[in-house]
Amino acid sequence: MTEEIIIAGFGGQGVLSMGKIMAYSAVMQDMEVSWMPSYGPEMRGGTANVMVIISDERISSPIIRNFDTAIILNQQSLDKFEESVKPGGMLIYDSNGITRHPERKDIKIYMVDAAEEAGRMKSPKTFNMIVLGGFLKVKPVIRLENVIKGLKKSLPERYHNLIPMNEKALERGMEIIREV
Amino acid sequence: MKGNEAVAEAAIRAGADGYFGYPITPQSEILEYLMEAKPHERTGMVVLQAESEVAAINMVYGGAACGKKVMTSSSSPGISLKQEGITYIAGAELPCLIVNVVRGGPGLGTIQPAQSDYFQATKGGGHGDYHLIVLAPSSVQEMADFVELSFELAFKYRNPVMMLSDGAIGQMMEKVWLKPQKERSKTVPEWATTGKPPTRERVIITSLDLDPHRQEKFNEKLVSKYNEIREKEVRFEELSCEDAEYIFVAYGTSARVCMKAIQLARAQGIKAGLLRPITLFPFPSKRLNELSGRARMMVSVEMSAGQMVEDVMLSVNGRIPVYHFGRMGGIVTTPEEVVDFLKSKI
Repeated sequence: MTEEIIIAGFGGQGVLSMGKIMAYSAVMQDMEVSWMPSYGPEMRGGTANVMVIISDERISSPIIRNFDTAIILNQQSLDKFEESVKPGGMLIYDSNGITRHPERKDIKIYMVDAAEEAGRMKSPKTFNMIVLGGFLKVKPVIRLENVIKGLKKSLPERYHNLIPMNEKALERGMEIIREV
Repeated sequence: MKGNEAVAEAAIRAGADGYFGYPITPQSEILEYLMEAKPHERTGMVVLQAESEVAAINMVYGGAACGKKVMTSSSSPGISLKQEGITYIAGAELPCLIVNVVRGGPGLGTIQPAQSDYFQATKGGGHGDYHLIVLAPSSVQEMADFVELSFELAFKYRNPVMMLSDGAIGQMMEKVWLKPQKERSKTVPEWATTGKPPTRERVIITSLDLDPHRQEKFNEKLVSKYNEIREKEVRFEELSCEDAEYIFVAYGTSARVCMKAIQLARAQGIKAGLLRPITLFPFPSKRLNELSGRARMMVSVEMSAGQMVEDVMLSVNGRIPVYHFGRMGGIVTTPEEVVDFLKSKI
């Protein structure tokens, strides 16, 4: 099993940290993993993306052009990466701020209204965990228990009190994701 | 962990005595990690942010002259600034580790990954006839493993060693197994300058000899050292070369891209393989020459305008066609582009 993923959105949305949690969770499940950020003069409000590869085998190229899954969190990223999903692959997006929705017919498209839900839950910072929950629902490549272990590993200890809240967000994401 | 962090943690665990550096993207995490890890509390290792790259490399020169396991790191423009110190260290036959997390150039260039410092790393870089031993990690695991290997080689040959990495491997996170903590050495080699006890003559470390005859003897000594290194220390990895008609030659991030390119090419019935040099100096020329006896073509894939390709051509010596393919300016080649290029040449 090899899952090639891109997560793309605005800086500050938790794009890189979602990828990091995904990567640590996969390590907890004894899988091979690579996490390749688009580093650069990036800032809050600019665009950010990260390529995450999870596999049972040695990972070849950490930098790839086509993805099994694209997790898209803003319009620019949708415009840029919709074409990069492999035929038969999937695209998950949050419709918040999206004016042109994905149009491809040869891939599966899912919507997770995480921004809205995070607002409703009064914890905007768990936005990315809602999205991750949605992803894990439709692509259960990592078990939830390992995601919690991954969260513990990637969060500094002073934030470990926030883990239950993140767990709730993951579960909420699993509930609200729907195929379009 | 990130490739840069792996270098830093591996340096502490390898029992390094000192790190001297100056921040520059994309390698600043090395210095940041070391500052945060407080190795002076763990092993007594000194970590110092110098006032400039030039100061940092000269601190390395001083530390190495005292027989200590010392290192520095930087990225392309910073490595250029260090060249004077590096040639002095080579000329004084001192061991040290220099990590270059390469970014696009020339000049300040970009902060994105590149492999355009190959000539600088393998052909000298500074003035005078000298070579660094150059190791090219292509994973976060190798970023960690090659630190200890670099120190071993540096002390074995009394020669500076460079780890030639790039921004992608420095910034990327992968799984990594770290070795247990090694104790810092309590003794120093006898060539080290540590003051004059009554029992022996003083040790002088210098790269200056005004007598041309003595200097030539010294140059000859260096040449025989480099020849010994060429003989004994060549390292490389081969992937799917057994039946390959087309062989990619690539190191670092480009080698990873080529691993995927091989899979894509073979799925289309093209027998591709990869020779990944792990040491860039010494270069695996002999092996490439052997492979050119049965392969039809070689493609040197580098994120540069074509640098290593010259060494591939020299190794193959005209026997089969050799091409260069690569992107520049901080753009990483994709596996699909590599396969398309190969197909265009078949």
